[in-house]
Amino acid sequence: MEKTQNNKAWFLVLPVLVVVAFSAIIPLMTVVNYSVNDTFGNNEFFWAGLEWFEEMVTSDRLHEALGRQILFSAIILAIEVPLGIYIALNMPKKGVWASVCLVLMALPLLIPFNVVGTIWQIFGRVDIGLLGHYLAALGIDYNYTNDPVDAWITVVVMDVWHWTSLIALLCYAGLQSIPNAYYQAARVDQASRWAVFRYIELPKMQGVLLIAVLLRFMDSFMIYTEPFVVTGGGPGNSTTFLSIDLVKMAVGQFDLGPAAAFSIMYFLVILLVSWVFYTVMTNLDKEEGR
Amino acid sequence: MALELQSVSRVVKGQVHLHPTTLTLEKGTMNVLLGPTLSGKTSLMRVMAGLDVPTSGRVMWHGQDVTGQRVQDRKVAMVYQQFINYPAMSVYDNIASPLRLMGKSAAEIDRAVKSTAEMLKLTPMLGRKPLELSGGQQQRCALARALVKEAGLVLLDEPLANLDYKLREELRAEIPRIFEASGAIFVYATTEPEEALLLGGNTATLWEGRVTQFGPTPQVYRQPMDATTARVFSDPPMNFIDCRKTGHRISFGEAVNAPADGALAALPDGSYRAGFRANHLHLNVHSGTALEFRCTLGVTEITGSETFLHLSHGANRWVGLVHGVHDLSPGAEISLWLDPAHVYLFDPSGRLVVPAPYAMAA
Amino acid sequence: MAQITLKNLAHSYLPQPKGEGDYALKEMDHIWQNGGAYALLGSSGCGKTTLLNIISGLLRPSQGRVLFGDTDVTDAETAARNIAQVFQFPVVYDTMTVRDNLAFPLRNRGMEASYIKARVDQIAAMIGMEAMLDRKARGLTADAKQKISLGRGMVRQDVNAILFDEPLTVIDPHMKWELRTQLKQLHREFGHTMIYVTHDQTEALTFADKVVVMYDGRVVQMGTPEELFETPAHTFVGYFIGSPGMNLLPATVQGNRATVAGTEIPLAANYTPPRGRVQIGIRPEYATLTAGRGLPFTLRRVEDVGRHRIIRGEVAGQPVNVIAPEGMAVGTDLTHVSFAPDRISVYADDWRVTGGPI
Repeated sequence: MEKTQNNKAWFLVLPVLVVVAFSAIIPLMTVVNYSVNDTFGNNEFFWAGLEWFEEMVTSDRLHEALGRQILFSAIILAIEVPLGIYIALNMPKKGVWASVCLVLMALPLLIPFNVVGTIWQIFGRVDIGLLGHYLAALGIDYNYTNDPVDAWITVVVMDVWHWTSLIALLCYAGLQSIPNAYYQAARVDQASRWAVFRYIELPKMQGVLLIAVLLRFMDSFMIYTEPFVVTGGGPGNSTTFLSIDLVKMAVGQFDLGPAAAFSIMYFLVILLVSWVFYTVMTNLDKEEGR
Repeated sequence: MALELQSVSRVVKGQVHLHPTTLTLEKGTMNVLLGPTLSGKTSLMRVMAGLDVPTSGRVMWHGQDVTGQRVQDRKVAMVYQQFINYPAMSVYDNIASPLRLMGKSAAEIDRAVKSTAEMLKLTPMLGRKPLELSGGQQQRCALARALVKEAGLVLLDEPLANLDYKLREELRAEIPRIFEASGAIFVYATTEPEEALLLGGNTATLWEGRVTQFGPTPQVYRQPMDATTARVFSDPPMNFIDCRKTGHRISFGEAVNAPADGALAALPDGSYRAGFRANHLHLNVHSGTALEFRCTLGVTEITGSETFLHLSHGANRWVGLVHGVHDLSPGAEISLWLDPAHVYLFDPSGRLVVPAPYAMAA
Repeated sequence: MAQITLKNLAHSYLPQPKGEGDYALKEMDHIWQNGGAYALLGSSGCGKTTLLNIISGLLRPSQGRVLFGDTDVTDAETAARNIAQVFQFPVVYDTMTVRDNLAFPLRNRGMEASYIKARVDQIAAMIGMEAMLDRKARGLTADAKQKISLGRGMVRQDVNAILFDEPLTVIDPHMKWELRTQLKQLHREFGHTMIYVTHDQTEALTFADKVVVMYDGRVVQMGTPEELFETPAHTFVGYFIGSPGMNLLPATVQGNRATVAGTEIPLAANYTPPRGRVQIGIRPEYATLTAGRGLPFTLRRVEDVGRHRIIRGEVAGQPVNVIAPEGMAVGTDLTHVSFAPDRISVYADDWRVTGGPI
């Protein structure tokens, strides 16, 4: 359906364009500038060309952080997506309990990130935290400050607690849009519960799931505040994910050049993945005949 | 005061939704767009309304070119198949909404709303919300909203399709009455030939994005210019049979012959396609010149006072509509009679060469 | 295949129904014969979909029992009743091909692959979709999707009943023809019990051997299309069947004469004056315009419907329609309308009254 041209629309968009230009594009240009120069930020620039990029691409430290990051994102998605779908399938669709569940699900999403980190940091402490204390009382050796595996587990569980609701709520919305006739037809066709899920619910949730996965992937790939507050990247550098590493480099070591180069590459990776998702989504829409 | 479409076409992403169409609709006329789904009725209406810009051609209103004009600037009203009303407003507010947008005074609005509601029998429902009403009442509300702004052009896109059969009949009987009172140009899209016949006025038959014929409804029905129009404007579908003219005879195969009289005599010899409507087949010899066809009966369908016979004659599948209740067994060989006065002759390309004599006499 | 019995069946959507008005389905006892082709006819909201869903098990009745053969299935789940149902809106499994869609019910019951293939091919030929069998179901037109729905409803051979809920609503008139005929043919070939819900009288009358007319949650008449047409038991049946419906005129009836607005007309049976609101009913097919015989008639409109003409007018302020043959001239000398006496029905408080012999 083509709409007749309405040029006034551009004026409404102009303020947004101006804000985005100032808050995003111009700073981005600054970063690009830093990435191809050697500088300590005191306005002295020495052309370095692609040197920083080469250094970053070959840096072991970056490879390790990248590896940890990918592992983290993969674990997160592998747990949160099925769990979110499962919760969405079992949330009540009508009545008072539906509203209660929706509110409960939304609560974790409303908490500021560093507060989340702080909650879990205290929660997990062996001396004063509820979780840490009871685990120790049960005889389990749990200490996220000096055991990398425990640190990982804490960070993963925290993220699952924080973000699974997002997937659950998105899937729930997707499920609501399925007309009752489909479920009725499935009953008539004597379809098993699994078949109903596979042939009716999953296809209808496809669009929302894709959005959910995209959002979670991007967020987890960029994750900074929560793990930083809980573990600071430690013990050692076992939970030093990409952005934590980047910040250490830029702010801690003041290696602006490599940090800028790193940022650019980081940005491009996320852009690429988002583009892939977007293309897949619009192709799915086209198939539906929309 | 007329709406003129000059060679208007619409092509979307390489697909032709509308072939170049020229059409003139006069003031105060009811015009029916008849055709199957996806034949171009909605595309044509949207171009008339100004919701879509035609790929080529011009739209003229009162002699002025309005092709690029936005629909908000034209005086057009449209009613859709799905009952579209503002759900949060009462029926009164719904009907008043276009007048409020036009900035009319409260007294004027009140008068116009009450008189339109009266015309559509909505007066007791003015205080309710649309979702509290039945389907028929919701559609009346949408109609009222379209009529109250006294637009010069009122477009109705299959407005009764989502209603019960009987409700459809009732509303359909009211539309000519409402239409006569308003004096605007009405354009009504439908897939059912019977609706076109009941509404009267003019009919444009559409097929695959093309207007095949446009004229007074009884004329398009009785004197179709080609086989496509005849097919679109028949329910049950028109029956066809191949025939040959040699000299003074037209042969319908299997020793069924008719003399080539009247207009048929002037035809060149050759192969033609004969078409006739289902209700012109009879189970008894009803006229001296009737042609007898031996057919095998498939299924019979009884509608209370009439019977549909599904027949096969050689490779042809026919439908016959006969009076009375006849419960005949499937597989039976029966004879049916057809008066040659009811036969339309088309050439192999589908163009009408000789209209049925009975239609010309009427 | 089984006989379906409804005993003392009633249904209310409210948890505490107080009066008759609270019931969507008023109490009924009904038997659907094994192998019959039935149509459930009525306007929106009359309870026909409610009844269908109770039979299929998608809805549990608030009162009464449903029996398939001798088995009480009131508490049984839909899947256990072994029925097929086709809904009004196309229900198609998007991720599967057309073939898999049609095969789905059979696969769920664990049928053999060769049987499934043969049956799917047969049904695909019937709905005219053999060419599209290996296409994905997503992205097809509403027409095609509904045909797939129909096909899926008919692919199982051993069902107890096949239920149709206004299945042809989204289909074009031309295609409706073919599908109706094929449904009828299917019934003749396989003899399933079929119940077809619709508000379209043509669909109901052409498909069914017996039509059940429902009004306001009640079964008002069950009979062959001919019976419903010639002897409607309720004014609603007279109104609902026939296009246009039956003409109803208030009258006083005594013996074998009826008086409408002062004019007497003959009847074909003897009636004792009925109690309540009395009306006579005559179908437009059996009314004729005359030059002086019958009731005074005011002409309003003549409509040309192609195969006949509908003449709309009034008798004593009441709307009356007359059906005249194609091409008949309607002159101004036709000032009266006459009714065939043996086709006049007498109604008291909307229910038909039978007269005695003259």
